[in-house]
Amino acid sequence: MQLLTCPWCGDREEAEFRYGGQAGVPYPADPRALSDAEWGRYLFVRDNPAGPFAERWVHSAGCRRWFTAVRDTVTHEFLREAP
Amino acid sequence: MTADALNGFHLEELPFLTQLSLRAGPGGPAAAAVETALGDPLPAPCTLTRARDADVLWLGPDEFLLLAPPGRQPYLAHELRKAIGPEFASVTDVSAQRTTLDLSGPGVTGVLARGCAIDLDPRVSPPGTCVQTLLARAGVILVVDDPGRIRLLVRPSCAPYLTDWLADASAGA
Repeated sequence: MQLLTCPWCGDREEAEFRYGGQAGVPYPADPRALSDAEWGRYLFVRDNPAGPFAERWVHSAGCRRWFTAVRDTVTHEFLREAP
Repeated sequence: MTADALNGFHLEELPFLTQLSLRAGPGGPAAAAVETALGDPLPAPCTLTRARDADVLWLGPDEFLLLAPPGRQPYLAHELRKAIGPEFASVTDVSAQRTTLDLSGPGVTGVLARGCAIDLDPRVSPPGTCVQTLLARAGVILVVDDPGRIRLLVRPSCAPYLTDWLADASAGA
């Protein structure tokens, strides 16, 4: 099984982690000013690159902390992890 | 619960231990006050410290679990809250959240290796190691006391399953 590196706990099996989607999606400054279409885009539309992708992961079976990892979506290789 | 002395593997439940959850930011005034009250620094990641009144287990960067003999909740909680005073921290009695299994004997690491990915070789996980992980897919806190002695903290709802699994895993050891 692939090992992911938790910034706190070190190398652990991938089964201890859960995926949290794209990292760095900013909450709208004024949500009430958004149209339904814009709100829908904020909620549901995410980048889908073939290559390095910054994602949120949580060490759910360990320290239960969220961190940001950069994963290559083509090779599933984890390039770096940071709290 | 079951006890199995076969093959150098012994399992015993340590019920009703005092367990207090401590949330305090590391390096802050509350953490410093707690360290003064306990007489020991708070543990580094994935370790525990043995303070005078309790074992202090690292659960997260700002989260710790204090383990003490049964019935110590009022005293420990009072001492900690008194030390913390108005600073930003919390002490919560979570004694009912987990029960404790005490595993001992030369077969312990071999049995656990059948369902746990943590490397329990003393060179990697020396005494004083405290990790949260999965054992046979059940969430546990695993405390290495000695190379042949390991404590598992497990939720009561998972404990019968886990003791059954341990009995099964040790039977063929």
